Amino acid sequence: MNFERRKDLLGLKDLGREEIDLILNTAEPMKDILKRDMKKAPALRGKAMVTVFYEASTRTRTSFEIAGKYLSADTVNLAVSTSSVQKGESLRDTIKTIEVMGFDLMVIRHSMSGTPHYLARNTKMSIINAGDGANEHPTQALLDLYTIREKKGTLEGLKVAIVGDILHSRVARSNIYGLTKFGCEIRVVGPSTLIPPEVEKMGVKSYYSLDKALDGVDVVNVLRLQKERQETALFPSMEEYANLYMIGREGLKRAKEDVLVLHPGPMNRGVEISSEIADGSQSLINEQVTNGVAIRMALLFLMMGGARDDEVAS
Amino acid sequence: MTKLLVKGGRVIDPANGIDEVIDLLVTDGIIAAVDKNIKAAAEVIDAAGLIVCPGLVDIHTHLREPGYEYKEDIASGTRAAAAGGFTTICCMPNTKPVIDNGATASFVRERARKSGVVNVYPVGAITQQQEGKRLAPIAELIAAGCVAVSDDGQAVMSSEVMKNALEYAKMWGLPVLSHCEDKNLSHNGQMNEGYYSILYGLKGIPAVAEDIMVSRDILLAELTGAHVHICHVSTRGAVELIRRAKKKGIHVTCEVAPHHLTLTDEIVGTYDTDTKVNPPLRTGNDIEALIAALSDGTIDCIATDHAPHNIESKDCEYNLAAYGISGLETAVAVCMDWLFHTGKVNINQLIKLLTIQPAEVLRLNRGTLDIGAEADITIINPETKKQVVPNRFYSKGTNTPYKGMMLKGWPYMTIVKGRIVARDGIIL
Repeated sequence: MNFERRKDLLGLKDLGREEIDLILNTAEPMKDILKRDMKKAPALRGKAMVTVFYEASTRTRTSFEIAGKYLSADTVNLAVSTSSVQKGESLRDTIKTIEVMGFDLMVIRHSMSGTPHYLARNTKMSIINAGDGANEHPTQALLDLYTIREKKGTLEGLKVAIVGDILHSRVARSNIYGLTKFGCEIRVVGPSTLIPPEVEKMGVKSYYSLDKALDGVDVVNVLRLQKERQETALFPSMEEYANLYMIGREGLKRAKEDVLVLHPGPMNRGVEISSEIADGSQSLINEQVTNGVAIRMALLFLMMGGARDDEVAS
Repeated sequence: MTKLLVKGGRVIDPANGIDEVIDLLVTDGIIAAVDKNIKAAAEVIDAAGLIVCPGLVDIHTHLREPGYEYKEDIASGTRAAAAGGFTTICCMPNTKPVIDNGATASFVRERARKSGVVNVYPVGAITQQQEGKRLAPIAELIAAGCVAVSDDGQAVMSSEVMKNALEYAKMWGLPVLSHCEDKNLSHNGQMNEGYYSILYGLKGIPAVAEDIMVSRDILLAELTGAHVHICHVSTRGAVELIRRAKKKGIHVTCEVAPHHLTLTDEIVGTYDTDTKVNPPLRTGNDIEALIAALSDGTIDCIATDHAPHNIESKDCEYNLAAYGISGLETAVAVCMDWLFHTGKVNINQLIKLLTIQPAEVLRLNRGTLDIGAEADITIINPETKKQVVPNRFYSKGTNTPYKGMMLKGWPYMTIVKGRIVARDGIIL
């Protein structure tokens, strides 16, 4: 297993199951570091990374930055709104400028699908995709897998419902790519305008009825309703959406008793998830955020550290 | 008197029903004889094993001049055409200024005479500024040498404007070329809508965006009796609509681009912006329908939709990249390799689609080896194998998804009005 040879992490589409296992396994000792009083390991001393976010983010960017810092990497955030991008610099030139400052790795989020792939072809730096358009958000899916595995002991054979706007969701795509590799039964559910028929070719079952989709599931992953992407009339109103697809106490009764509820955040309370469930005992939303740091530490370590997993956290 | 004797080639001239190993004599730029064992004191071209056909005609190119000379100009674009085996091309009006007036059309013809190496016919705009609102002065455009009108690149969204354009153009029997795209369905689209657009997370352009407009324009052609020519057909649905319309006797013709016959939306997955084109690369199912339509007469011609771009327009995020493929220098090889050598289209049919039929669509006096015609001749070596190397293009546009591919069957020689313009892809 040599994940360290992988220059970039662009999506879960092109990761093998063994590679995913390695990342999840590496995240376990990373989580231990997080829980320590002295949250610092020297693994990435002398390495430099930069986060470049062309779209708003709270948790993902902060999570990457602190993950790098816990492992002693030097981390810088490029504030896009105050950078030369505002002067019309091309993305390629921006990235070259960053590269020649000596950074080893760049974390990029961009509103346009495929932008990390474009950059990866044009730089020597390692690229981690922190979300590209409607394509992929691999680290979110990895932390989702980690969180589920941690609670259930295994991913094998679980029934997972992904609820909401599948059409525009990069979280959904990366989760589908990841979960199918572990033989999960994946159900996607939402209004027909947001669930394209061809989605079943990805190895999932699609539902328009929330009740049917939740029947007997082990995990419910609730997607954020991306208000900013609903420019055309894909459904009539937030109210109608909430009436049909909000995850609340009643609907969740159809799922298994020990069902886990995930949400990538930020939440629209009262739209896709009720506050009662979001703050309830089945919710792993805060756990996901913590695990996100561990997953990103694992990735940074594997991609920049080049060491083996048995040397982790020495 | 300059004489050129093309000896021992397989002469294919569909308009005259010729397909045999025979000689061809050119005298002073005119085809003087097509016969067995011609003996004449002339420069001899040994064409043994080669295909000798009328000069290829491309009725859909973008030469970008005036206004976008950084993407292409008439000198570079016509050289690309000659290197690619084309002796006649029609250039689209989406220049700056738009070819929506006689002066600009005359400028293009004048530039073509001075700096061009193949025959160039301008296509004028349907509407002023190609804005889809008010008709361009079509009589003035015809007087300045335009052979058709088109708002290519833009669809004429208003059905009323399109109806008026057809009625008006009919006075001269002028073909109206239609770029069929319902913008309400396609706006901001990056690739074909379907499984792969979901997979790659890119906004889709549904096939129905094309089909709806093809359908509308067929109905308007039926109503007005005008000649509608559908540009770059890319969907199964459009092909079926056109086939039905032709059966009904409606005056509709259509063209297809080589990339729509050969590449599918699956290849967009690398996010290589050279795969971004409008209409987008469609599915294998569409390709099947398009290829069938090449042989049953539904599709009238192959046209490149040559759309060269500067590097900056393509070296960027996929969403920001310009649409278009630089196609003049690969069209023949793509068709020979993908269509002829695979047995999907026979050589006579292929030559028809590249010569007499496109000429007939726009009523150009080209595309034959008639005795007495201007000697525009293309010689193809069906066995040559070459790699596509965009850096060696004569076109300024290196934007091609075929880059690096090894293709079999390339133009060997391009002769325009009796003069050898290109040999083995090199302009002389």
